[in-house]
Amino acid sequence: MDAIVLKYPISADDFTRAGEASSDVKSKLKQMGVSPEAVRKVAIAMYEGEINMVIHAKGGEITVEITPENIRMILADVGPGIPDIDLAMKAGYSTAPDEVRSLGFGAGMGLPNMKKYTDDMKIETELGVGTTITMDVHLA
Amino acid sequence: MKVQQLIDSGRFRVINEGDGGEREITTPFCCDLLSVAMGRAPSGCAWVTVMGNMNTLAVATLADAACVIMAEGTELDEIAVKKAKDQDITVLGTEEPVFEAALWIWQEMHG
Repeated sequence: MDAIVLKYPISADDFTRAGEASSDVKSKLKQMGVSPEAVRKVAIAMYEGEINMVIHAKGGEITVEITPENIRMILADVGPGIPDIDLAMKAGYSTAPDEVRSLGFGAGMGLPNMKKYTDDMKIETELGVGTTITMDVHLA
Repeated sequence: MKVQQLIDSGRFRVINEGDGGEREITTPFCCDLLSVAMGRAPSGCAWVTVMGNMNTLAVATLADAACVIMAEGTELDEIAVKKAKDQDITVLGTEEPVFEAALWIWQEMHG
């Protein structure tokens, strides 16, 4: 069976729309009858990734591939890249600017949360070029 | 305890009444840092916070909170109120501090 593929463009610095893509995926998965726990995992991981793209990158695109066995999220941005992935993965480490912190973000939990709520996560990054994060949530 | 019982208690100001009135509250949850709430808020929680922007509502929806309670007399900003209405999220308000608001819910739940 072919995967169902959803694509969402993400704009940089647009906090009023941040979360719309994740909300849309959440409602579509619910309609498809995916288990509430898997829906929650996808929603949380994708929202964290979406917020990261809004904060740190110059926008990008999220692709979601859905099969009966797996939900794959591919978040590709044209941002500055991540200089030190181990450091970025550390809970509490953040490079978010003050205005982002005043909105309640920037606690350095984004990447750790993404890892926590997915079964598999891969980060490919190149400085000055961009970052692509691929996350899988297994079903059944 | 259901969300509707919180609304009907008269203890909270109703900022927006959403469509999850029959949902059972699993626990009160207190946090203002959205990044932390995103990873920690339990599904079905009554989330007590003072952070009232539209991202609070996005986190509430995605983390599957049962309702949001704005403590310390804080308000949702205008865009957030619109989002609450659009997405049918129940948002209540109280003058009480975060701890007291959450404690009251806890006590009601555990009789």
